[in-house]
Amino acid sequence: MNAEKRFEIFRLFFSILIALLVSFALIFMVSKQPVDAIVALVTGPFKSGRNLANVVEAMIPLIFTGTGVCIMFAANQINLASEGAFHLGGLVAAAFALKLALPAGIAPAVCLILAAAAGAFFTALPAILKIKTGASEMVASLMINYLSLWFCTFILMHFILDPAAGAASYTLPKTAKLITLFSGTRIHFGLIIALATAVLGHVFLYQSKMGYELRIAGSNKQFAEYSGIDIVKVILISQLVGGAVAGLGGGVEILSPIYNRFTWTSLLGYGWDAIVICTLAKKDPLKTPIAALFLAYLRTGASIMARTTDVTLEVVQITQGVIILLAVAEQFLSKTKHRIIAREAKAALQKEGVA
Amino acid sequence: MFRLFFSLDFVIAILRATTPILFATLAAGVAAKAGICNMALEGIMLFCALFGVIFSHITGSWLVALVLTCVCGGLIGLVLAFFILNLKTDEILAAIAINLTATGGTVLLLLAFSGDRGSSTFSTVSAPAFGGVNIMTVLALLMVAVMHLFLYKTPLGLQIRSVGENKNAAESVGIKSIRIQYIALILSGVLCACGGYFLSGGYMNSFTKNMQSGRGFIALAASEMGANTPVGGFAVAMLFGIAQAVGNQLQLTSIPVELIQMIPYATTLIGLAVFSYLVRRRKEKLAQG
Repeated sequence: MNAEKRFEIFRLFFSILIALLVSFALIFMVSKQPVDAIVALVTGPFKSGRNLANVVEAMIPLIFTGTGVCIMFAANQINLASEGAFHLGGLVAAAFALKLALPAGIAPAVCLILAAAAGAFFTALPAILKIKTGASEMVASLMINYLSLWFCTFILMHFILDPAAGAASYTLPKTAKLITLFSGTRIHFGLIIALATAVLGHVFLYQSKMGYELRIAGSNKQFAEYSGIDIVKVILISQLVGGAVAGLGGGVEILSPIYNRFTWTSLLGYGWDAIVICTLAKKDPLKTPIAALFLAYLRTGASIMARTTDVTLEVVQITQGVIILLAVAEQFLSKTKHRIIAREAKAALQKEGVA
Repeated sequence: MFRLFFSLDFVIAILRATTPILFATLAAGVAAKAGICNMALEGIMLFCALFGVIFSHITGSWLVALVLTCVCGGLIGLVLAFFILNLKTDEILAAIAINLTATGGTVLLLLAFSGDRGSSTFSTVSAPAFGGVNIMTVLALLMVAVMHLFLYKTPLGLQIRSVGENKNAAESVGIKSIRIQYIALILSGVLCACGGYFLSGGYMNSFTKNMQSGRGFIALAASEMGANTPVGGFAVAMLFGIAQAVGNQLQLTSIPVELIQMIPYATTLIGLAVFSYLVRRRKEKLAQG
């Protein structure tokens, strides 16, 4: 590993450390029992097997949207529609689970494929709009997220609503649900799908010809055009694949043992979390499970903290914000970086002098 | 129903719905003119909606609260500028970070300040209204003219535009581009703060979490469609005000509320597509000579 890479990792950990310190300082400012709160936040997930299982459960959707965003951002498309794709994927999986009475085994597979297709279609919309009209894919993706939310709420309220249950759909049939992997927990088959997705995402992005073209198109458009890469095709494919992964994630989440009914009536924020994950994983899907594990740990700790003390869950959003700010700040710690690289270079020179 | 659409009350409703978006659109415009896409508007607006109610509760004066909120908005703009310009953070990621911080920070701050969860229940002083027209609406309309004069008739405005147009060229004639971009982002924060203030102190009379609900994002689109000029942005923001006001009226009918909620976002999306297409066609025509 060269000095620059080592520095990147050092800076990442340093950013996380500062973000945690900022959160602790905030907790001290707002809480009457700050020490209890911080202990709950940091050690809570280890307190019981159930809490640890909660971490793994929370990790699963984050791996999906994280991988999706890695693929979309690798083509240098600021498409923020993974939020809406996740939501739509959840709705499509739930709606078809309710309407199609398929036998166990086939039902989850069909629902998940449809969810992925819906997600792919959804995130491709801003890309198509950009190709056809030149409209900014970022602004368009921000708008269609809200369209996704209200469309899904519309379908929920008018087509699959259980009048006896408030704002929730009918109970999803057992045949369509994903199986639990470990009895006593809610860790489900989705974990395996998620890890497989992360690995396949890595292979697609870093070991396939298409992935190579995609990254070239993302990092240097002129060069890509000059070398004969079909940029329009590459961009479209990256958005389709990324959206499919996010939609699949929504489907997996709603068919998991965590939910009995479709109940999402506001955006859940997994799309924004995915950007934190993509930042931490440096756009490599293979690293998303680690980043997702970190975020899920923080989330679980925060919800334990919110249950047992007077501090709210939302502290974590501030932690996430600070991590992004520092982790992508190119000039942050740039002097240290310079020192490390200079030292390395000097050492290398001396070595050569001796030989 | 249709008679209602042509009444004075409806015009006032349009102006009311336009006001927060108009402030944010002007904010997006001045940042864009300096070459920066300020997606943090969403978060700044949310922060300032909360600051507005807190300051007006403490001081008991809407004007003092407005001024203090604007100072806070400017400070957030300053922080954003520091990260983008000095630490070279990607502007979109920095904005996302600020928006995330705002979502969590406002809930935390509200809880620490009053013990309220999700929405404010303490007494606040809203900006006064005359004949149904809020003074903030008047200020927003005034700001269109002020920003137009500022950008096109003052030396600083010219410097902002030249930095946005071509940073290197501007620097070659001695303009300190970083300083100009700092000024533009702080100004953007202040303008956006007015919009946030109005949301909780005029449009509504209390703070609710996530009450900005995409207005900062809509403003980005509106500004882009208005070619980032104050007057163009005003025209487009008005269009969204109409869409929202019509939506509010339609809620009284039997049309499903979920479909009505889509109207402002769908209008933005379609408008953006049509506008971008026209711009591209015109460019192609010019290129053909």
